[in-house]
Amino acid sequence: MRIAASLAFAFVLTAASVSAQELRTYVVAGDAVPDSLTGQPGDAEKGRAIVANRTVGLCLLCHSGPFPEQPLQGNLAPSLSGAGARNTPGQLRMRLVDPSRLVPDTIMPPYYRLDRLQRVARAYEGKTILSADQIEDVVAYLMTLKE
Amino acid sequence: MKRPGFGLTLVLVFAASFAAAQGGGDKRRTGYQDMSAALQQMADDETSNPGLLFVKAGEVLWKQPAGKANKACADCHGAVDTSMKGVAARYPAIPKDADKPVDLEGRINLCRTGQQQAEALKPESEDLLALDAYVTHASRSLPIAPPADPRLARVRELGKALFTRREGQLNLSCANCHDDNAGKKLAGATIPQGHPTAYPVYRSEWQTLGSLKRRLRNCVIGMRAEAYAYDSAEYLALEVYLMDRAKGLKIESPGIRP
Ligand code: HEC
Ligand code: HEC
Repeated sequence: MRIAASLAFAFVLTAASVSAQELRTYVVAGDAVPDSLTGQPGDAEKGRAIVANRTVGLCLLCHSGPFPEQPLQGNLAPSLSGAGARNTPGQLRMRLVDPSRLVPDTIMPPYYRLDRLQRVARAYEGKTILSADQIEDVVAYLMTLKE
Repeated sequence: MKRPGFGLTLVLVFAASFAAAQGGGDKRRTGYQDMSAALQQMADDETSNPGLLFVKAGEVLWKQPAGKANKACADCHGAVDTSMKGVAARYPAIPKDADKPVDLEGRINLCRTGQQQAEALKPESEDLLALDAYVTHASRSLPIAPPADPRLARVRELGKALFTRREGQLNLSCANCHDDNAGKKLAGATIPQGHPTAYPVYRSEWQTLGSLKRRLRNCVIGMRAEAYAYDSAEYLALEVYLMDRAKGLKIESPGIRP
């Protein structure tokens, strides 16, 4: 019971995952960011670890997915299973970088955006939730989720 | 043009809203109702509820003279079950001769510094939590009844604005979780509607009793927003708003949380 509660809010206690860095510029085409933020393809295995980690990706706070080793998954959002069949890499990149471009009042946090935020805790100021490399890793991983 | 089925829809909609009105239409749930049966039982049983240890400690403090005035709370107020009944249900309130509200802990500290001429008790200190728990316990099962003081309206509005404003690196508002997604799972935890009925609360994760402010602070930090100072106008405004939002719900303190 106690584990459940502290895990749910474990993201409270961890330091920022990404150090301050310049935001890379990217081009939006429709509902997608077609080009890799880093110019390189991401690493799907690293991406899985990011998604599964409650203090790094935070994804499982809200989403569920094919993570049998993770008993505590959220249901505020659709399952990530099949995300790679429903979306192109560019759509997934857009979804992560700034989900409000797709759903204006979404609760999904903007993982690679620094503007239009208020009262960000000092420890996270000027930092994106994920780095450009991490975004690419997560995109690569999500593209493996075909069903 | 006649739309078949339109009339039927109207009837159904009317029937549904009528049924809701009959049932009071109140969809509010307290955190207690979301707890497991085991935790509910533990909270109900005065011998197993760990919060009751704080209530007992509060009773001792209540009767103990303190400060330069060497007076006990009991010297002015007598027994809690008469003098303090319903008091916790109507705080935060604006004290006489003041223009800003205080919550119950703030009120206790006003008596400490003003009447007893003692030092104010520190936030989350055992003594402050014990007195808070003891006085709040005298209102257990009574409905939350915020005062009608018109000066509170402005504070309540500020609280509502804070509750609905997105903040922090995760760009979430309190309302995103507690109004729009209550009942759903945030990882392992059921998101409660966020009513303040059970506070101060015993939390096993904390291994102690904690105030409502401590809970609010945890949520603010969870959003990766900058926590407010313990004595900030912001927490107080949120408390005022939350008590208004929970008007009529019964005090459950000391509650138990995992
Ligand atoms: C605070 C809640 C929250 C968090 C955290 C979150 N999401 Fe989401 N996500 C949502 C919601 C809600 C939707 C549904 C669409 C919408 O409202 O934006 C969504 C939609 C999506 C979609 C599109 C739906 C689909 O499968 O086609 C993907 C992909 C996605 N999220 C991936 C992620 C990944 C990966 C992470 C972590 C790096 C993440 N999300 C973190 C709430 C969240
Ligand atoms: C991302 C979701 C989320 C956000 C945003 C959030 N909370 Fe919470 N809140 C929770 C969860 C989950 C709990 C229950 C934690 C537990 O007991 O394990 C909780 C508990 C509470 C409680 C205690 C309810 C009880 O019955 O014990 C209150 C009051 C509360 N929150 C108020 C707020 C306020 C005010 C804000 C904004 C400043 C806020 N919350 C923001 C998820 C959230």
